[in-house]
Amino acid sequence: MQHGKYRFIVGFLAIPLGLYALFVIWPFVQSIYYSFTDWTGLSPDFRMVGLDNYARMLDDDVFWKSLRHSLLFALLLPLVTLGLALFFAFMINVGGRRRKGGPVISGVRGSSFYKIVYFFPQVLSIAIVALLFAFAFNPDSGAINSALRAVGLDGVQPLWLGDPDLALWCVMGVLVWSTVGFFVVLFSAGMASIPADLYEAALLDGAGRASTFFRITLPLLWDTVQSGWVYIGILALGAESFAVVQIMTTGPGGPDYSTTVMVLYVYQKAFRDGQAAYATTIGVALLVVTLAFAAVVMRLGRRERLEY
Amino acid sequence: MTRTTDTPPPADAVAEGPAPVAKEPARGEREKKEGTVLNVFSHGMLVLWAFMVVLPLLWAVMTSFKDDNAIFGSPWSPPDRLHFENWARAWTDADMGDYFLNTVLVVGGSLLGTLVLGSMAAYVLARFDFPGNRLVYFLFIGGMSFPIMLALVPLFYVVNNMGLLNTLHGLILVYIAYSLPFTVFFLTAFFRTLPTSIAEAAFVDGASHSRTFFQIMLPMAKPGLISVGIFNFLGQWNQYMLPTVLNTEPDKRVLTQGLVQLAASQGYKGDWSGLFAGLVMAMLPVLAAYIVFQRQVVQGLTAGALK
Repeated sequence: MQHGKYRFIVGFLAIPLGLYALFVIWPFVQSIYYSFTDWTGLSPDFRMVGLDNYARMLDDDVFWKSLRHSLLFALLLPLVTLGLALFFAFMINVGGRRRKGGPVISGVRGSSFYKIVYFFPQVLSIAIVALLFAFAFNPDSGAINSALRAVGLDGVQPLWLGDPDLALWCVMGVLVWSTVGFFVVLFSAGMASIPADLYEAALLDGAGRASTFFRITLPLLWDTVQSGWVYIGILALGAESFAVVQIMTTGPGGPDYSTTVMVLYVYQKAFRDGQAAYATTIGVALLVVTLAFAAVVMRLGRRERLEY
Repeated sequence: MTRTTDTPPPADAVAEGPAPVAKEPARGEREKKEGTVLNVFSHGMLVLWAFMVVLPLLWAVMTSFKDDNAIFGSPWSPPDRLHFENWARAWTDADMGDYFLNTVLVVGGSLLGTLVLGSMAAYVLARFDFPGNRLVYFLFIGGMSFPIMLALVPLFYVVNNMGLLNTLHGLILVYIAYSLPFTVFFLTAFFRTLPTSIAEAAFVDGASHSRTFFQIMLPMAKPGLISVGIFNFLGQWNQYMLPTVLNTEPDKRVLTQGLVQLAASQGYKGDWSGLFAGLVMAMLPVLAAYIVFQRQVVQGLTAGALK
C-alpha cells in the first residue's frame, strides 16, 4: 500500500488539520501570548506588559469569587450528579425485588421507562433549560413560588436567583437537573455488562443490596465513573456553567457577583469591558484549573484495573 | 469503544437470562421488612425524579398555550383555551422562523463538514504510519479538555479579520473545527476496529487510496458515523456559547441565542406567551426525534464515554 501514500495522507489531512489549527490551536496559542500584553481588543495596538495582568488578577476580588464558584462547581457538581446517577442506575438495573425462582438480579418495574424519561434533559440545549428555570424561579409569578403558595406556604417565598445566598445553589440545581439523566443511562449500560454470576455469588454469600453495590457494582464501574467525573468537571468549568450563569442570573453574574464563574468573567472582560488581554489572563487561569482538575481526578481515581 | 460494534445486552435482557442455579437463601423476617422499607424508599425516589424531569417540560408546553395575564396571574392553572396565536406570533413576529432556518442551515452544513473532514482525518490517523501521526492525533484529542472560552477571545478577532464574523458560513467553519476533536477521537478508534483485508483487496485491484476510502471504508464505518453524527447533531443544534460570541447580528441568530436575546430584550413589557411558544418550539423537535430514535441517540451520546 505504498503507492502515492504520502500524497494521499497530506491530501486527506490538510483541510481538517488546517481548519483545526486556524480556529482552535492558533487562538489558544495567541491567547496565552496576549495575556502578557495590554491589548484591549478594540484597537490593534498593544505592548508587552510582562506579568502585570497576572498581578492584577491576584488582587481582583471578583476573580477570586469566580475562582471559588468554579471550584465549587467542579467539586460539588460531580459529587451530587454522579452520586444521584449511581443510585438511580443501581435501582433501575439491580434494585428490583428478588422474587423466588426469578432471576438473581433484576431491574425495577418500568426500568426502560425511567431510562427514557431521565434522558430528556440531555437532548435539550442548556440555554433552553436555563431560560425555562429562570421563569420557574421568578419570585412573583414563577412556578416554584406559586406552587409554594398553593400548598399554603405563603411565608416561604424566597427570591431564589435574586438572593445572593441562594442564587448559586439554584444555578447548581439546574445543572444537576440537566446532567443526572445522561449518567444514569451511561452507568446503566456499564452495569448491564457486569456478568450476572458475580451478583449470584454475592447473593449466595448473603450480601445485601448496599454491600452488593459497594463491593461489586461500584468497583467494576469505576473506570466509567472516573471518566464521567472528568467529563462533567470540564463541563462545569466551561460551557455549561457559562450558559446557566449568563442566562439565569442578573448582571449576569448574580447579585453581588454571587454566581459569577471564571468562564463568564473571561467573556465579560473580553466582550463587554474591552479588556481582551486581561480576559485571556483569567482564561489561562481557567486552563490551569481545568488541567489540574483532570490530573487530580485521574491520579486520585487510579486503581488496579479489574478485568471481568 | 466496543459500544458501537457490539452493544452489551440491555438490562432487561440480563434480567430475563436463564434462571439461576442458586436458590434464594432463607432470610429472617427483620431483613425482609427492612427490604420492603428500602424498596418503597428507592421506588419513591425513582418516581420523584421522573416527575421532576417531566414536570418543568409539561409546564412549559402548558404555559405556551396561555395568554400573558394567565401566565403571570396563575402559573399553574391550565389555559382557558388553547391560544395557538402565541405560536403564530412567535414564529413570525418574534422571528423564530428565521432562527429556525438559520439553525437548520448552520447545523446541516457543519454536520456534513464535520463527518466528512473528521472521517478523513481519522482514517488517515488510524490506518497509516507516518512521522508525526501521534503528534497530530494528540493535537486533536487535546482540544477536548481545553476551555473553549480561552480560545474564543482571539478567535473572535481571527474570524473578524477573515470577514467571517456574523456570517453563517463562518459559524459553520468554527462549528466544524470545534467538533473535530471528539469526532476524530471517536472515529480513529472506530476505523481501527474495522478489518483491513477488504481495503487491501480493493487496493490490489487497482483502486486508489481515496477511492478505497469513499467507496469501501466509509460505507463500512456507517454505524460509527451514525453515532458520532447524532452526538454532533445534538451538540451543534444546542450550541450556545460559540454563536453568542461570534454571531451577534440579530438576523443571523440561531435558535438558542435568539430565544435568550428575546427573553432579555422583552423586559417586563414583553410577549411572554410568545416566548414560551418559542421555547417549546425549539424543544419539541429534538425531544420528538429523541423518542423516535431513542436507542441510536443514547448509543451516540454515551459511545465516547464507554471504553
